[in-house]
Amino acid sequence: MTAQSTDIATYNFAYLDEQTKRMIRRAILKGIAIPGYQVPFASREMPMPYGWGTGGVQVTASIIGPDDVLKVIDQGADDTTNAVSIRAFFKKVANVAVTTDTATASIIQTRHRIPEHPLTAGQVLVYQVPIPEPLRFLEPRETETRKMHALEEYGLMHVKLYEDIAKHGRIATTYAYPVKVEGRYVMDPSPTPKFDNPKMHRSPALQLFGAGREKRIYAVPPFTDVVSLDFEDHPFEVQTFDQPCALCAAENVYLDEVILDDHGGHMFVCSDTDYCEKRREEGHRGHLAPETDLAPGNMEPVQ
Amino acid sequence: MIDEPLLRVSALSKFYGSRVGCDNVTFDLWPGEVLAVVGESGSGKTTLLNCLSTRLLPSSGTASYRMRDGQFRELYRMSEAERRFLMRTDWGFVHQNPADGLRMTVSAGANVGERLMAVGDRHYGKIRATAVDWLSRVEIEEDRIDDEPRAFSGGMRQRLQIARNLVTGPRLVFMDEPTGGLDVSVQARLLDLLRGLVTDLGLAAIVVTHDLAVARLLSQRMMVMKDGRVVESGLTDRVLDDPRAPYTQLLVSSILQV
Repeated sequence: MTAQSTDIATYNFAYLDEQTKRMIRRAILKGIAIPGYQVPFASREMPMPYGWGTGGVQVTASIIGPDDVLKVIDQGADDTTNAVSIRAFFKKVANVAVTTDTATASIIQTRHRIPEHPLTAGQVLVYQVPIPEPLRFLEPRETETRKMHALEEYGLMHVKLYEDIAKHGRIATTYAYPVKVEGRYVMDPSPTPKFDNPKMHRSPALQLFGAGREKRIYAVPPFTDVVSLDFEDHPFEVQTFDQPCALCAAENVYLDEVILDDHGGHMFVCSDTDYCEKRREEGHRGHLAPETDLAPGNMEPVQ
Repeated sequence: MIDEPLLRVSALSKFYGSRVGCDNVTFDLWPGEVLAVVGESGSGKTTLLNCLSTRLLPSSGTASYRMRDGQFRELYRMSEAERRFLMRTDWGFVHQNPADGLRMTVSAGANVGERLMAVGDRHYGKIRATAVDWLSRVEIEEDRIDDEPRAFSGGMRQRLQIARNLVTGPRLVFMDEPTGGLDVSVQARLLDLLRGLVTDLGLAAIVVTHDLAVARLLSQRMMVMKDGRVVESGLTDRVLDDPRAPYTQLLVSSILQV
């Protein structure tokens, strides 16, 4: 990919210089070759603060091409600050098409959700990861955790789950739920709700994880086993909701609680805004959906 | 019946640059035997213990351990993965300061259960039942199982550390001043407990201590170290009642009489 002769000439294509992209692509390739293994990389300063997705942005910048269609979501939503800014960033520095439609996107950068619409072969899901080391809060020494990964010493991970059951009577970890990838590395799936863990298992899409501050990249290639850790007598379970989405009546999706007023009024709606809008366009109506739908969809038309 | 030692140590030396940690230590340890290593501070006891438990690599010498299949394996030629596996299954290490050997921020039950989970136990109910059993064996009330060791007294922490080490049924336990820092009545109970466990389980143990009374109570055999060298070794009662080396005589006569 060479620099474009357009009005974005002040930047190299996709912001990062070609040497940096090469370095990141090498880390990505190594990550794909060793599923779940955290590959160190020379994370760059990005024009955004750490914690806002610098890792994911660098991964996206390294793999994006002029023909790609980019979707960015933040907690499932296409219309929050982080998602809007990153989408605008790539529109400006790479002049790529952007979309909110899961099915038409070729690259989906995500913060903490996997879209409800099933991903397909050829799509790439880029996760923004705050803390890539699943053992970090149990073992603070990086030298020791690396050794534990190398020697496959994962008893400690179950100590955390044991503590959950001892304290709460069940595994109370609801997000960043540890998984074992291809029977080898224990991996932090980034703080996605554990509801999304089963979607990672044998997903046809390529999944890349970038942690900018912690300078780590890891990957789950398509059709790779991703198994959530559990106990025989306390098997892994995902969250369930006792009511459907208040706007689109969808069931078996991940819902967000939205506060409506100061008197305890609230509703549960799909956290995946694109999915919810699509369903409402198809005529599905939840019990709180307005008569004429004024949903903020199409806020950024596909270009 | 037992015709082979559990651990064979030959000419083990550890130098820190030009300083001597321990020098030319040779001994055999037999199954079920408790060996005390005594000597003053800086005599190389802990260096020796750390070398034997592979926490340190010696400068020269060998140590071979008889694995469960009866084969002797040279400890310092094993891969790190094998050594660490040995450490958490067939061996135990009781630190002087329980905080070094425990996870202070997870519950007592998880501390005991960690080794079980590390060797692949994946049944919460069974892990917990084993933890309860072990806590009672080291005289910790069952209702303290979900408390963190931070909430435990020094003596309880030490007992918890012992339970955590013994849960996988090790054959060899290393102890570094197991009663250090405990008051005498707690010490006495801990020694009583240790003696019972060692006898019941047929454990072999290497106990490093500067307290000759501890050595007398726990061990059958002892080695006296001075400046990194073994100056005298033999049956504990013989060494303490009839010390031969001048240094041992000094050590024995230095015990305060109450």
